[in-house]
Amino acid sequence: MMLAEILASLFPEGHTVTIADGLISGEGPFRGGRLAVIGIDGDTALGVDGACRLAGDVLDVVRRGGGTPILVAIDSDSQRMSRRDELLGLNEYLAHLAKTLLLADAHGHPTVGLIYGHSAAGAFIATALATRVLVGLPGANPSVMDLPSVARVTKLPLDRLEAMAKDTPVFAPGLDNMVRTGAVQAVLDPDLPLADQIAAVIDAMPEDDHRDRLGRERGGRPVAEEVAAQVVRDAALG
Amino acid sequence: MNERIIDLAARGEGRGWATSWYEASARARIDGLLDAGSFREVIGPEQRRMSPHLPLFDLPRAFDDGMIVGSGRLDGSAVLVAAQEGRFMGGAFGEIHGAKLVGLLRAALKLKPAAVLILFDTGGVRLQEANAGETAIAEVMRAIMRVRAAGVPVIGLIGGRAGAYGGGGLIAGTCSRLVVSEGGRISVSGPEVIETNKGAEEFDSRDRALVWRTMGGKHRRLTGGADAYADDTIEAFRQAALDQIGRAPAFDLATLEAEQRRLEERLVRFGDCRDATEIWGQLGVNDPESVPALTTADFETLLVSLGETTHDAR
Repeated sequence: MMLAEILASLFPEGHTVTIADGLISGEGPFRGGRLAVIGIDGDTALGVDGACRLAGDVLDVVRRGGGTPILVAIDSDSQRMSRRDELLGLNEYLAHLAKTLLLADAHGHPTVGLIYGHSAAGAFIATALATRVLVGLPGANPSVMDLPSVARVTKLPLDRLEAMAKDTPVFAPGLDNMVRTGAVQAVLDPDLPLADQIAAVIDAMPEDDHRDRLGRERGGRPVAEEVAAQVVRDAALG
Repeated sequence: MNERIIDLAARGEGRGWATSWYEASARARIDGLLDAGSFREVIGPEQRRMSPHLPLFDLPRAFDDGMIVGSGRLDGSAVLVAAQEGRFMGGAFGEIHGAKLVGLLRAALKLKPAAVLILFDTGGVRLQEANAGETAIAEVMRAIMRVRAAGVPVIGLIGGRAGAYGGGGLIAGTCSRLVVSEGGRISVSGPEVIETNKGAEEFDSRDRALVWRTMGGKHRRLTGGADAYADDTIEAFRQAALDQIGRAPAFDLATLEAEQRRLEERLVRFGDCRDATEIWGQLGVNDPESVPALTTADFETLLVSLGETTHDAR
């Protein structure tokens, strides 16, 4: 789905969501209140300037209070790769954006990620992956790194990687693999109203981070839940 | 393989307090950092919890998957500690590696230690387990937020060979306080990644001086990206960690609003700078070219004279 279709399906009565420099910001009527929307459109890379603006938008929502939920809609590139971004401390800007989303959620603003296009690496971690629940739309394509780049780094032949990717969700790009890893909770139906589907996601928010449980159940992360649980069980202050 | 790494620096030097942090193994760092003999590892190498995925890529595994977690004492206070072994897979986040840190942070919510110490040494996500590593990083960041909100400081120590790159840089940015040494680099895209994607004219990864002054410890400390600067010794990191625990900022709206202002101001002041030396000059450093060669003592004097580099906005 394109962003305009998504917004129309979310807000049949209209909205004030705008896009500037690939950054999405605004809100619309939702279940008698409002739904705030931030995000990245058009396969845009996320740099220091964009991350700072989006974080400011999130803090505005938190400051206004009222438990307004926040939808983080993502069709981005990876983090912007440049000397300037790193010189200015991109890690702080991306972490800050993630922290504002985590704070919003802790302050009673349910946060929902919606990946409808591409996303990768730092941009993905700072946005969609920092929400309480991340859902996707068919055709979305999250990845950490594309397979030709993985082939370069791992020095494995591309055709072998492509064959492995078919049944090894732990490393291969794609929405299905992020579903199996537990990072993406569910894939929405583009033919049904998104407003209802997002509302249902908000109503069924998990209290704790259960992505590792989903990863085990779906086979994409077979041991993470068990390892984390064992550390919780065995750790003791001496 | 990791289990065969022999720590020459730590061997035969007792507590090894003068040992280089950069050169030491993750285990030697923990041993020297904590009170003698107090470290109690959880899921130690004897349990052989190895990556289920690396054999698919014909790659060797480590008994601890490059992540060591447990509890101990720091100057008598009970702490939880996690250390990445940068010499195994570049300290990268795989499924087990990440899950051990997630578990430690969840344990902190229950145990309420005086602090959680994270000894970063990582290139970011382990590509062979990319989706698991990336998801684990997101879980770690959420868990850090909860630990901080519960009033437990999370202190990051950065001075290892692999630095704190990729998702490791993002996790570092969620910590309450960061201690960095000259050799510690904090960044998202590494020099080679930028060069591969954007060309050597954007970033020449072989220009080591450029790497250090763009991503290195002194630049991060000068611009507020780190809170303390330590000599490259285990003892210096221990002292700096102790100093920072009592100064950890709360995790709340006021802190993040202050961070928003801090980061906006940085863009306004330094957004047009081409090089770190320009930023240092604008900060009031008289001789920016001399900064890389400054001793720790002279660098501390410089920091005190600038005054504005210390903040609670993280």
